[in-house]
Order: sequence, then C-alpha cells, then structure tokens
Amino acid sequence: MATMKALVCRECGKEYPTKAIHVCEMCFGPLEVKYNYEEIKKNVSRTKIQDGPHSIWRYADLLPVEGPTFLGPHAGMTPLVRAKNLGAHLGLDELYIKNDTVNHPTLSFKDRVVAVAITRARELGFETIACASTGNLANSVAAHAAAAGMRCYVFIPGDLEAAKVLGNLIYKPNVVEIEGNYDDVNRLCSEIAGEHGWAFVNINIRPYYAEGSKTLAFETVEQLGWRTPDQVVIPMASGSLLTKIWKGLHEMKYVGLIDEVRTKINGAQAEGCSPISTAFKAGRDFFKPVKPKTIAKSLAIGNPADGYYALKATAESKGTMDMVTDDEVVDGIKLLAQTEGIFAETAGGVTIGVLQKLVKNGTIKKGDLTVAYITGNGLKTQEAVIDAVGRPVRIQPSLVAFEKTFKMGKNGGGDA
Amino acid sequence: MPHVKVHVQFPEDKIKEPVIYQIGHEYKVVTNVRRADVRETTGWMDLELTGDSTEIERAIVGLRTKGVVVDPIELNVVE
Repeated sequence: MATMKALVCRECGKEYPTKAIHVCEMCFGPLEVKYNYEEIKKNVSRTKIQDGPHSIWRYADLLPVEGPTFLGPHAGMTPLVRAKNLGAHLGLDELYIKNDTVNHPTLSFKDRVVAVAITRARELGFETIACASTGNLANSVAAHAAAAGMRCYVFIPGDLEAAKVLGNLIYKPNVVEIEGNYDDVNRLCSEIAGEHGWAFVNINIRPYYAEGSKTLAFETVEQLGWRTPDQVVIPMASGSLLTKIWKGLHEMKYVGLIDEVRTKINGAQAEGCSPISTAFKAGRDFFKPVKPKTIAKSLAIGNPADGYYALKATAESKGTMDMVTDDEVVDGIKLLAQTEGIFAETAGGVTIGVLQKLVKNGTIKKGDLTVAYITGNGLKTQEAVIDAVGRPVRIQPSLVAFEKTFKMGKNGGGDA
Repeated sequence: MPHVKVHVQFPEDKIKEPVIYQIGHEYKVVTNVRRADVRETTGWMDLELTGDSTEIERAIVGLRTKGVVVDPIELNVVE
C-alpha cells in the first residue's frame, strides 16, 4: 500500500518524508500524514472493507502504514450498542454507545492508536518503543510491545498509584519512575525522544499514532449501515481524538465511501481540567493552560497539544463543547452502568454527563442519531466510584433471613 | 551548539513585558521565535533557545520565574 504521500505541517504546509519526525523545522508546527486520496479511492470499497479482518486493519487503506504485516491484530471493531434504555432515560430515540471499554488487548481506545504506532515503528526499523503516560497509554504500549517482542520503556511520575504501576509491570517493560512532577516527566520525555533512537509513540511517532483514532469514525459509519451520525459526543484530553474522528468522517467522503458528512462534533471535558471547553464556551479560538484537578485522570491534560485543532473542528461542524463536575462524572458512570450494563472509566462518565447536559439544553434533539464515545473500562478507575455504589446487603445464613430481608413471598420478592 | 524547542505562554499581565528580550540579555542564549500569536488577552510563542545546556536550563528557569508557562514544543506528552 502506498497510500501515504508525505508528512505535512499543519501550519505552514511544508512537506517531509514519512519518517519518525513530528515537528516542522520551519515553523515548529505539528506534522500530520498526507494521503494520496485519488489512489486510495481506486482501491477502497465498502465490500473490500466488509471482507477485511474484524479489526481496525480492515481500514488499512486509510491508515499510515505500508503493510502487509500489522501488529495489534485484534484492536478495534468494538460493539456499537443501541442504547435503548439510556436513550429512553434521556429522551433520545436513536442513541448508540461506541463501546471501547472492551477494546483488545487493554480495554481502552488507546489500543487503536498504539496498534497503528507500533506497526509503523516496526516498519521504520525501530526495536525500542516508549511512551510517557499515567494510565491507559502505558498499559497499551507495554502489552503491544510484549506481544511484538519489542523493547519497551514506560515513563511515569513518581507519585502514580500502585494499581496503575502494576498494570504496566505485568507486561515487563522498563517502567521508569521519575522523581518529579508531571511537568518534569513531560520535559524529560521530550528530551529523551530527541536524544535516543527510540519510537516514542506520542512524540516522534505521533503523526502516525494519532491517525489510529480515525478508526472510531470508520467503524461507527460502517456499523450504522454506512450512515453518519447527526451528533457525536467525544471526551477530550489532548483533543486529538476529536480532531481525528472529524478527519476520519471526511476521509470516508473523499474516497467515496459515503456521500456527505452531516455530523455535529461535541467535545466533553471535566470542569477540573477543561481548557478546551472553557475556551469554546467563551468564544475564543485559543485556550489557556490549566493545572488539572479532576477524578477524570485520563483526560487531565492541562496544555493539550491538539486543543486549537479541536476548537476548529468543533466550530466547523457547528457542534459545541461542555464540561461536567466530578460528581456528575460519577453519576454518568452509574447511569451508563445501570441502564446499559457498561462499566466505563471516568472519561466515560464525562461523556455521559455532557451528553445529558446537551440533551437537556436542547443542543441534541430527540430524533438526532447520536453516538457517545466510551473510551475506557471502569475496572481501571474503580477508586472513582468506590464511595458511590453502596454496600452489599448483609444477612444471616438462613432462608428465613433472606426472605425476610427481601420481603419475599411464594411468588417472588422485591428489593431489600 | 545545544538547542531546545519550547512553547511559551504569557499570562495576560505579562503580555506587554519584553520577556524574550530580557531572557536574551540575562542569559547567554540566542532566542529565535518561529511562530507566535500575541493579542490583548493572550500570547504564546514557539521558540528555539540555543546556547550551552546549563545556560538554556537557567533561561527556562528564568522564564518561569517571570511568570511564563514553558512547555516542550509538543506541549503535554504524558497521556
């Protein structure tokens, strides 16, 4: 597949070869992949996609890889759940949940981007893969590296919770705990990426890595029977996921897979870290960095790399942005679990909380075909809901005690 | 000669101050602005600092002491 034309600067348009570089030498703008859409158009079709593997690799023609060997062979093609119960609760006729809580192998949408990043890293000849992360990204990089037999370095802040460290150590990467705060980790990783010949997935491999998020758009459209949603709600950390879903929808149009994009893109953040949503609501095209303070740790990026582009994409789509409190995040997690049986991590609570707000204020209407993106599994952030789910009902080990507690007669019973 | 690419963000009350000029005088670094957006309420710059490593370090600390937010050119990379 020769679908990649070049890397191109998102600001000045200067082109570069498709190597492990991420910053324009001219203006320091970020680079992204430029494709040969005319060539792709000749090769891609709905039938070819449907006959492809049951993973993100069915869309390989639209991904920044050469193939034919793909690492992370099971990432993607997660369920698009028709959320009738939640829809009825919110007052929506056609609500769907794109359920990446069951993505393979590490239960978050990061498996998509890492599968693309590690495949491209291997194609570029790298033997070591690395990332800076406090959670989902580290899990995914470590797991993919183990399966691919690549050397792996995961950089984490020194004060990370034990459970999160364990989730990485099990795959036996080199976990490097840095004595310092978030800013120190950030800076050191940027320097290491510049000095060592490693594939740093979210630094020098970022132009390829970020493209993996487009598969959420591709799958949604295919699973809806080649229709685009009217409204989507997307959680925002760096803002990359939102911009790539927007890009993915348009690429499907460029290559003739769909006729039109009529989707309004809506971004969701937690109040304790909402630089992008705050800027949007204030009508600004720039954001101000913040110090994150929220339970939605996977979205806690105070100076987001794609914040500007997320603002732009949302405005282009005539969508909106909003934010929710930590209490609303917990309520959102519970609501999704108790209506659809899906246990999401805190980012999912943010998405559901904002979805609820946008329905209440009339932005999303009853008849809108709506998709909410749930990007990670609740088992990873149990501490966020531990005080909000009640306790088991405790009884003596006797039938009488059980029936008494549940007010049970011969024909069944009720709740305790 | 070592060089570092950084993204700096000015708080509203610092926008009128010649911070980049001051840094070039107070430390032995060459400042080279590649892209910037400075308005009444906000200001940011992507710039390259060239000099000895210790001087670059001192200049970054100096920028922060003046109330400027300094990040790597990639902004936040810890996800």
